[in-house]
Amino acid sequence: MQTKRITFKAKGLPYLLVAPQLAVTLVFFIWPASQALYQSVLQQDAFGLRTEFVGLANFENLFADPLYLASFKVTMVFSFGTTFLSMGVALMLAVMADRVIKGATGYKTFLIWPYAVAPAVAGVLWWFMFNPTIGVAAYAIRQMGYDWNHTIDGNDALILIIIAAAWKQISYNFLFFLAGLQSIPRSLIEAAAIDGASPFKRFWTIVFPLLSPTSFFLLVVNMVYAFFDTFSVVHATTAGGPGQSTSILVYKVWRDAFESLDLGGSAAQSVILMLIVIALTVIQFRYIERKVEY
Amino acid sequence: MATILLDQVRKVYAGNVEAVKGVSIDIADGEFIVLVGPSGCGKSTLLRMIAGLEEISGGEIHIGDRVVNNVEPADRDIAMVFQNYALYPHMSVYDNLAYGLRNRGVAKGEIDSRVKEAARILEIGTFLDRKPRQLSGGQRQRVAMGRAIVRQPAAFLFDEPLSNLDAKLRVQMRIEIKRLQKALGTTSVYVTHDQLEAMTLANRLVVLNHGRIEQIGTPLDVYEAPATTFVAGFIGSPAMNLIPVKAKEGGLALETGEGLLAPNGHGVAQAILGVRPEDLVLATDGVAAPGGLSLEMTVIAVEPVGAESYVHGTVEGLKDDIVMRAGPKTDYAPGSRLKLTAVPEKLHIFDAQTGARLNA
Ligand SMILES: Nc1ncnc2c1ncn2[C@@H]1O[C@H](COP(=O)(O)OP(=O)(O)O)[C@@H](O)[C@H]1O
Ligand SMILES: [Mg+2]
Repeated sequence: MQTKRITFKAKGLPYLLVAPQLAVTLVFFIWPASQALYQSVLQQDAFGLRTEFVGLANFENLFADPLYLASFKVTMVFSFGTTFLSMGVALMLAVMADRVIKGATGYKTFLIWPYAVAPAVAGVLWWFMFNPTIGVAAYAIRQMGYDWNHTIDGNDALILIIIAAAWKQISYNFLFFLAGLQSIPRSLIEAAAIDGASPFKRFWTIVFPLLSPTSFFLLVVNMVYAFFDTFSVVHATTAGGPGQSTSILVYKVWRDAFESLDLGGSAAQSVILMLIVIALTVIQFRYIERKVEY
Repeated sequence: MATILLDQVRKVYAGNVEAVKGVSIDIADGEFIVLVGPSGCGKSTLLRMIAGLEEISGGEIHIGDRVVNNVEPADRDIAMVFQNYALYPHMSVYDNLAYGLRNRGVAKGEIDSRVKEAARILEIGTFLDRKPRQLSGGQRQRVAMGRAIVRQPAAFLFDEPLSNLDAKLRVQMRIEIKRLQKALGTTSVYVTHDQLEAMTLANRLVVLNHGRIEQIGTPLDVYEAPATTFVAGFIGSPAMNLIPVKAKEGGLALETGEGLLAPNGHGVAQAILGVRPEDLVLATDGVAAPGGLSLEMTVIAVEPVGAESYVHGTVEGLKDDIVMRAGPKTDYAPGSRLKLTAVPEKLHIFDAQTGARLNA
């Protein structure tokens, strides 16, 4: 095959065209990242008058801090909870939709709308619904005999932010699962039906294994989301409380920087978060590169 | 082992698409039936209704002594081979074969011996551990066959199983399927659009067109006495010459009134006259066979295909070209005029309106 090569007369034009993208990357990613790295090895006094180089002391302090370790644990529970809840619900919905639509594309586009709801709005929505005094959801749960109060009970609060964060991911996961389901040839399912597999068995022995590349991809995407993209959800729903019970890592970074004014400690936390995202990305590429595992 | 009986089976898809319009076939135990017809004529739909993959809109399907209209595919005791093979891509060849048996709770030892036996018959024993993607097209085809035979079902259903293979492999697998079916004696329904495949495999052919049966019969019967002009044109390659004719004093002639073609034994005003390319011969000394067809053709081209040649030409007053089969090294210059004839026993007369065969 031959591809036609388009050449520009002006040598500067290509650079001009990529400049905005480069600028955005520089201003919003490279620069803050390098600032975080730089700040993480410095310490300021309480009045911000003096700054000194302290090496890895900020990191040592962090890992000696029980609050930070607790936040790590909360983040783990939160991330796995959010990921499994949103993927589970999305898969269930996708299986049902797959049965109904079988290729109707208009309907699919419509299903992505919830994804467009801004995270803060969604957070406030959940905050209202589960509000111990006025929320419908809280009322319903209380009717079932459970005394819901996420403003006092740390576990309730954790469940709330998991639901709120998972909610936002469902439509995204749904679309990927639906696309995955629709790419499984119908004849495979039919062959399995003739082979005497019940619908339940067909799902677990044929459909689910064939979805595994999609599932793995979504697992990483959702973990990354839960780790780094859930600040606004937490901020609008529980604000990290009660106490520190929903103060996940990404929320704690902000709180320590802007409320406790511990810039060095906060920067060190950012660096750790960056390392985690890099690790997840590496895992992602490693396995996606290997492609479908069958 | 079972008989299969279709009684006025109909299929209407959503949107009022009538894909199968009242089809009745009585399939004997152990018989190899081929459903053949052009693309879109409803072959797959019919087969899928037998399999239970498609709801039956009307009529009844019997497998053995049961009406199976409302029986699940798994409980119909049939196995199906799909055009794209439909092998489970994440399972080894062994697991592909064993899957149906495991679902039915067959004992482990029994599964193992049946899988090994099927693998031996199909010569796929050496790659039981491989995944389908590690196999060639022909090997996948064998695995798909293996998956059908391990189950030891009452009937095999095939939906164009060879159309994804190259020509050479297709012929080889065709022979193998035939041999296997004979050895196992399992009732089989086979769908194809390839008339040659249909002719070579079938005990009986069912020629379908627009959701209706045009003819049921042995390949030879269908070839020698096509029931309609559709069958006449579909079965046989190159196709039968179909010539519109009308009655004239003394016999049937071209519609222009020119050239006497054949005696009018049926007393019709108009008809379609059919003659196969191999039944057209040169009239020796320009004299037509007594009581037979007489035609003068102008050669357009000669198509040598090795063992024989096909001579294409025009006949004055006739829209379509005429094809004659000739010997291997035939060489007529374009424009040469040939006097052709055919004996009366080789002529087929069809009704001009309905296309139905008129002569016995
Ligand atoms: N699921 C379906 N919904 C609507 N129409 C269909 C469906 N499947 C097949 N058809 C129509 O039914 C007719 C027969 O199709 P099919 O049985 O697949 O033909 P064949 O196998 O002979 O090529 C075609 O006109 C096709 O468009
Ligand atoms: Mg078909």
